[in-house]
Order: sequence, then structure tokens, then C-alpha cells
Amino acid sequence: MAPPGATVWEPGSRYVGAVGVIETAGLTKRYPRVTALDQLDVKVGDGVTGLVGANGAGKSTLIKILLGLTPATSGTAHVLGYDVATEGSRIRSLVGYMPEHDCLPADVSASDLVVHMGQMSGLPYPAARERASDVLRHVGLAEERYRPMGGYSTGMKQRAKLAQALVHDPRLVLLDEPTNGLDPSSRDDMLALVRRIGTEFGIAVLVTSHLLGELERVSDHVVVLDSGRLLRSSATTDFLHKTGNLLVEVQGRPDADRLLGQALVNAGLRAWPTDGRMIEVEARDETTRDVVRDLAVDLGLGLVRMQERHHRIEDVFREGGAGSVQPV
Amino acid sequence: MSSPSDPPTTTAPGAVIHDIGYRPYSGPRLGERAVAWSFFVTGLRNSFGLGRSGRSKILPLGLVGLMLLPALILVGVLVQARDLLGLDEHIVPYSTYPITTQLLISIFVAAQAPALISRDLRFRTITLYLARPARRTTYVLVRLASLMAATFVLIAAPLLLLYVGGLLADLPPGRETRLVLGALAGALLLASCLACLAALLSALTVRRGLAVAAVIVVLLVSYTVVATIQGISLDTGNETVGEVAGLFSPYTLVNGVQVFLFDSPEATATPPTSDAMGFLYLAAAAVTVLSAVGAMLARYRKVSG
Repeated sequence: MAPPGATVWEPGSRYVGAVGVIETAGLTKRYPRVTALDQLDVKVGDGVTGLVGANGAGKSTLIKILLGLTPATSGTAHVLGYDVATEGSRIRSLVGYMPEHDCLPADVSASDLVVHMGQMSGLPYPAARERASDVLRHVGLAEERYRPMGGYSTGMKQRAKLAQALVHDPRLVLLDEPTNGLDPSSRDDMLALVRRIGTEFGIAVLVTSHLLGELERVSDHVVVLDSGRLLRSSATTDFLHKTGNLLVEVQGRPDADRLLGQALVNAGLRAWPTDGRMIEVEARDETTRDVVRDLAVDLGLGLVRMQERHHRIEDVFREGGAGSVQPV
Repeated sequence: MSSPSDPPTTTAPGAVIHDIGYRPYSGPRLGERAVAWSFFVTGLRNSFGLGRSGRSKILPLGLVGLMLLPALILVGVLVQARDLLGLDEHIVPYSTYPITTQLLISIFVAAQAPALISRDLRFRTITLYLARPARRTTYVLVRLASLMAATFVLIAAPLLLLYVGGLLADLPPGRETRLVLGALAGALLLASCLACLAALLSALTVRRGLAVAAVIVVLLVSYTVVATIQGISLDTGNETVGEVAGLFSPYTLVNGVQVFLFDSPEATATPPTSDAMGFLYLAAAAVTVLSAVGAMLARYRKVSG
């Protein structure tokens, strides 16, 4: 049956990258008893952006507002240049959404669901079939795509959920906790896939997680939410900037780290024990490395490691006080 | 599980998977009406088990067969034994057929309404629909329309079979056409009432079994009670009581509307006799459909996904 009123959507109307992918200004959402978002000003660009926050920090509320499903109490939000308050339908046609919770009907196959969802996003049937087959291959669902999803493992379900978010070739995907419930190896696969979507596929990604280590690995940019407020928003590299310290590990004697540490202090350097049996040394200038090497040789110790120490994202939380987020 | 970016070294000898990378889509994207139409067609197909597992085809297609079977037999008798029995009209009138087969219709609606409505709520697939361009209202109205159309097909199919059979048996074409059109209008109204009621009951629960039972109970119990009251009121001479009672079951309600509007042969003990009662029947049918649609829309406004 031919669909009536088929209109061609001119490609020229597509967002071309002049504006931010997501921009909010003073975005506030109050429920009768709780303020979910409080005066939020966030700007998200292309690539992969991590949205971090404890459960209840306002991540899911933000996503609902961005999809135009829940109205904000005050403030504005634009997605791909469209206003969420008035152009929700347009936004939803350009955005893919992978919910956190289970949303797959048990008696339908992944293939059928993804084709159907493609059609619901406006793809004609033949195109929806072709795209579905493509994205199912990209997310790594092989023959099992033809089986009812009720029998899927968590990993397979997450892949199917991701496939339906990608089937209509969106400009932006909102991934809500995509690694939830996955075992470590499936989690690595999922993170690699998220990274590919943001880089190879050229689709902007907003990915939420309460696990910092994950976002550190895949995001270009990290937004930290705490109780509905913006705690910090900056490039991942800023989070991971160098501390100016060296991390040193030595072996050879049971008290090797203590010996070298004492020798470094005696040589006039600042040094202190740090995680495991390693020593952190303040790198004053270019000669510090030579001093460490020479002292290790003098003491007859094996120098196993000497590297620059980077910050980790979780340090921001220690400073910022959002202690309830779990570092990995 | 292997990542899709793995080199094709793990595949069977001779088979090579070429990763041609991600291809963006630049083809046409259809508008709101086309999306709604494709959603409607999918829902209609799903109501008969098409596009679903083999097991879910058995009940709806079996019911279609059972609905057609009596009509087929009636037509056979009419064609073969018309002169013998001196028949010049259908043995069972068009407008009476849905009441005679109401058990099958009730089972169909009770089984398929939850399959369309409760399923999306239970598996929270509704979230995926709400995150697509179509509006919430469109989702609700299209789901209702699919169920309504499926129920109409089930009720109307045997009527059309009777009509064709009647023409083959040389019944007067003009009269038969007038009768079948009235009956089809009645079938549309009945399908609307049944679909709206069943959909509303299904939207109130995420438990499919509960929804099936609720729809069956409401439809069968209401008809049994109404038919009993009508029988008693006819016997005791209080026919007005029976006429009012007829408002409270979709089957007697729609049959009453047909009697009032199209002068169809009555299939209940106490059909509406006065014009005032006729208009009351019409109004009751309209209120049933519209209030159920309104309640559905209100119900889905609360669904957050």
C-alpha cells in the first residue's frame, strides 16, 4: 500500500554544524517536591560528550526535556538549533534515543523492531529494511537478530536498543547508561562502539553514566551534574591534564620504595608514597628524571616505571564534593 | 561477543566480511501522515497475527474462520434449498449476525486489544514511540484505529459473504444492498464501541492476562444482564425498562441504533420504539466512543516513557 501524503524532506534543511548540538540557558525543572534541574547552562558540541552524575542528579530529566517530552519549568534549550519547547517533533526526527530501562517487546525479533522503528522515524519501508540490516551489523547482532528478543542476553538487548536509536541516521544520539548491566568484556565492546559512533559515524553522542572511568575513555568532553546543577563542563583532556609529578616504581628489595623515597628527599626533592608501592615525585625541572635514575642505580634497584602522572576525572569530584558518584 | 570492528579472521574459511563502514542515509524522509499510515497498517496486520510469531496467528485467524463458517453454511442452504423452503430473504438477517456471533467477536477484541495496547506499556516500548516524531495523541488515535479496523474486518467479512451469497441465490439486489449497507454501518459502529472499550480497559493495566479477562467479563456479563432484564421486562409488560437496559451493552446498543436508523429486523427482546429512545441510543453510542477516546488520551498524558 502506498503511503499517502509522502513528502520529501529536503537535505538542505539539515543542521550543518554552525550552532552547538545542545545548548541550554537557565534550564530549570521543578517537580512538586524536588528540583531536578537548577539553572543549567550547558553547551555540547560534536563528538562524544559524557554526562556524569549520581543517580538523581538530573541526567534523565535533562534527556526528556531535550527530546521535547517534558516541558521545562523555566529557561530554554535548543537541540541542533531547534527549540525543545516548540519544535519537539523536528528534534525527535533528528535524534536517536536509547533509554536506560528495558523497552524491547519479548515476542518481536530485533530485525522486525528496528525496521518498524525506522519507519516510525519516517523512512520508507525498503530504506528502513536496508538501514536496519546495516545498523544491526554495526552493533554486532548477527543471526540472533531474527530471534524474538525475549531470549536475548543483556548485552544483546543493549545492542538492539542501540540499533533502534541509530536506524534513522540521526544527527545526535542520546545514550542513557548504555553499559548498564554488562559484563566487563561486553562493556568494552559497547564503549568502543560509542566511540565509533562519535568519530567514524560522524554522529554527535551524549552518553550518560555514573561510572567515571568509562566516560574518561570515550568522551571528548565531560559535563558533570550534581543535584541538577552544573558542577563542571570541560574537555576530557582538561580533566586529565598533567599534574607535573612523576610516578616512579622500583623493585629489587622488599623496602625498595622506602629506600628510594628517602634518598630522593635527601637529594632535596619533594617525594611521597602513593598508591600501591609507588612513589610520586615533584618534577622540578629536566634534571629530576636523571636524579631519580641515578639514585635507583646507586641503590642497586630496578627501575620499573617512571611516567607523568595525570589527573583522573574522579579528582574533580573529590574537589567538587559530589562524593556519591562511583569512580571505577 | 566480538566487536563488529574485528578483522574477519574469526569467520569460516572462504567467507570474508567486508566492513564498508558506516553509510549515512540521504534518501527521502516521510511526513507525519505517512508515518501514521504505516503505523496503522502495522497495527492492523499485528491484530491478525501477521508479522508476529506463528503462535499469535492461530487465535485471530481461527476466529475469522469461525466467523465465516456459519455465514458459509447459511449461504449454502439458501442457494441449494431456496425453492424447497420457500425462502425469499436471508435465514439470519445481516443486522442480527453480529449478536449471534458475539462470543467470537468478544474473544477477538479481548485477545487483540491487550496485544496492541498493554504490550507497549508492559515492555515500555511506548518510550521508543514517544521518542519518535509522532505526537502522543497520534500514537493513541492510530492504535485505536488499528483495533477498530481489525474488529470491523472481523464483523464485516461474514456480512459480505452473506450479501454475495444472497445475490447468487437471486434475492432482490436493491433490497439486499440497502440492508447490507445498513448492517455495515452498524458493524462500523459496533467495532468502534468494542475497540474503544477494550482499548481503554487494556490501557489501565500492563498485565495482559488481566486485560483479556477484564474485557471478556465486561462484554459478556453486560450482554447477559441486559438480555435477561429485557426478557423479563417484555414478559412483565414493562418494556421501557428493557429499552433503557439495552443502552448498557454494546451489542444491544448498536442493534437498537440499527433498528432506529435503518429499520433493520430487531435482534433483541425490547428494541427502542419511540423516536426519543432512538435518539437516546444514538447519543449513548456517541458518548461511549468519545468518552473512551477522551479517557485514553488522558491516560496516555500520564505515561512518561
